[in-house]
Amino acid sequence: MAFLELKNVSKGYGLGAKRAEVLHGINLSIAEGEFVAIVGYSGAGKTTLMSLIAGLQRPDTGTVALREEEVKEPSPDRAIVFQNYSLLPWLSVYENVALAVDEVFPSWPREKRQEHILKYIAMVNLTPARDKKPRELSGGMRQRVSVARALAMNPRILLLDEPLSALDALTRATLQDEIERIWESDRKTVVLITNDVDEGILLADRIIPLSAGPRATLGPEVKVDIERPRNRKELNHDPRFKEIRKEVIGYLLGAGGHQKKSLTRKLVLPDVEPEDLSKPRSMMSGRPRRKGEEKSETVEVS
Amino acid sequence: MSALIQTFENVGLNWFIPFLRLLRGESPSEQFRQILLNIGVPILAMLIFLGAWSWVAGHVKVSFGSVPGPAAVWAQAGVMWDAYRADRASEAEFYVKQAEKKKTFLAENPGGTWKERKYSGAPTYIDQIFTSLKTVFAGFLIAAFVAVPLGIICGLSKVFNNAMNPFIQLFKPVSPLAWLPIVMIMVSALYNPKDPMFEKSFISSAFTVALCSLWPALINTSLGVAQIDNDYLNVARVLKLGWWKKITKIVIPSALPLIFTGLRLSLGVGWMVLIAAEMLAQNPGLGKFVWDMFQNGSSDTLAQIMVAVFTIGIIGFILDRIMMILQRAVSFDNATIR
Repeated sequence: MAFLELKNVSKGYGLGAKRAEVLHGINLSIAEGEFVAIVGYSGAGKTTLMSLIAGLQRPDTGTVALREEEVKEPSPDRAIVFQNYSLLPWLSVYENVALAVDEVFPSWPREKRQEHILKYIAMVNLTPARDKKPRELSGGMRQRVSVARALAMNPRILLLDEPLSALDALTRATLQDEIERIWESDRKTVVLITNDVDEGILLADRIIPLSAGPRATLGPEVKVDIERPRNRKELNHDPRFKEIRKEVIGYLLGAGGHQKKSLTRKLVLPDVEPEDLSKPRSMMSGRPRRKGEEKSETVEVS
Repeated sequence: MSALIQTFENVGLNWFIPFLRLLRGESPSEQFRQILLNIGVPILAMLIFLGAWSWVAGHVKVSFGSVPGPAAVWAQAGVMWDAYRADRASEAEFYVKQAEKKKTFLAENPGGTWKERKYSGAPTYIDQIFTSLKTVFAGFLIAAFVAVPLGIICGLSKVFNNAMNPFIQLFKPVSPLAWLPIVMIMVSALYNPKDPMFEKSFISSAFTVALCSLWPALINTSLGVAQIDNDYLNVARVLKLGWWKKITKIVIPSALPLIFTGLRLSLGVGWMVLIAAEMLAQNPGLGKFVWDMFQNGSSDTLAQIMVAVFTIGIIGFILDRIMMILQRAVSFDNATIR
């Protein structure tokens, strides 16, 4: 039995002739405790896919089900970490996490909730910044608050929607290690959406490429059978790493890449003629010899 | 020190900051330039204004003498202040005398009931200022209590917004002078208690202020609510916040800066409208004062009206500053408010 299952899901925007199908025929099944990465081009519909899993949007066809139960609306069961953090700017780090915890565990006594909040703030190493407002934090710190908030809800599944794309390379590497460490400690089911293949290989059990849109669909999955804990430095020399990377990138650039279109147009060339200035001008040479010449051009667009 | 500078910046006293920096010894030439720019230029402009005013005052004749210059107006302000002090003194004297009378009365007929009397001098200029302030705040509070909830519903519901829109467009441009007769008639019809807590003129003026200052707060609140970042609403959806919690924890905090912008505009409009409303409703505030002075036409009239004009201006400025400080206090990105 699959833990999370998407069956023949499609989603489009617009109506009638203008309708553009973003996702088409998505089938995905994820086991409990698995870490799955979905890698694809930006603009392919990755965030739409995540919204469907989170329940923020409903699919046009097909079903999304968590434990055989259809997903119809968002729920703290499926905590989501957005690319742009979506922290509430008027609340401190502690209050941002507390808002979620108070809502998800209303029956707990106050001390237990407080302990729980502090535990997750500590887990993302933000204890010294617990009373700061989001605008006083760096991008990496904000995203850690967002991760802490999501984890503190104790969700059945954690959805990471390009959580690290907005960060610089160094911060990103640190946070990748942190995500791996946290995942090792409580083995939640995680769906990570990213445009970074290396990030997917470093963190996930399984990588699934998403083909370029429109009508994006999931490509053949690749198992990441590299032993954990994975070391960033050693990974670069691991032959299996290179193989997986090649496979995923190969699909994204090949079959799952942008469909190439060619465009042929007829162009009328302007009536100009090079003039030989070394020769004296005569009335005869002033007129172009070719007139209204046409040329057919083919351009490839992606 | 830098905390002090921050405080001055927050309350809008930016012109004072160069002095603090100078005390700290920060690049004196730059600070002197700032002082010249922030204080020197306004003072110069003020002097030019006063000069032009004096010149006009010396050259224009009106039906009851000459137009008062700055000095005459300043002197008149002093006279009005003295009149206030004199009135306060006689009020205190009245109560002292009354207390004495009460004592002798009770000594002569023990068990008798002494009727307490209130001092009944004519309201002084300062009393009139406070009446005006009381009236404008009453009107402003009515407006805020109506406009903010309505604005929130407008911002949340497209249907409700479209229902409200024609009324907003239709009533927003209506002058207080048009509302006032309607309000006065309605108040006369509906407010007839035996022992009235408020004067009818006060209620009429306050409601007219409310009717006119409603709109900026309503429009800004609905704009603020409609503009809420979708991410914040997604947070509310993922957490499955209930309707009330969504409003109090997400909608209001994120719309608060714009709500306060609206309230600040509302109070400004209210203060402007109040003077006209008081003139017509005869509510004993600054508007009535201006009207009475205009009617009695003594030689001091113009000077007194000018004192009133400056008073109205200064109070309006102070009210705006107070609202600005509140606005900054509730904003999470308070650098943008000027």
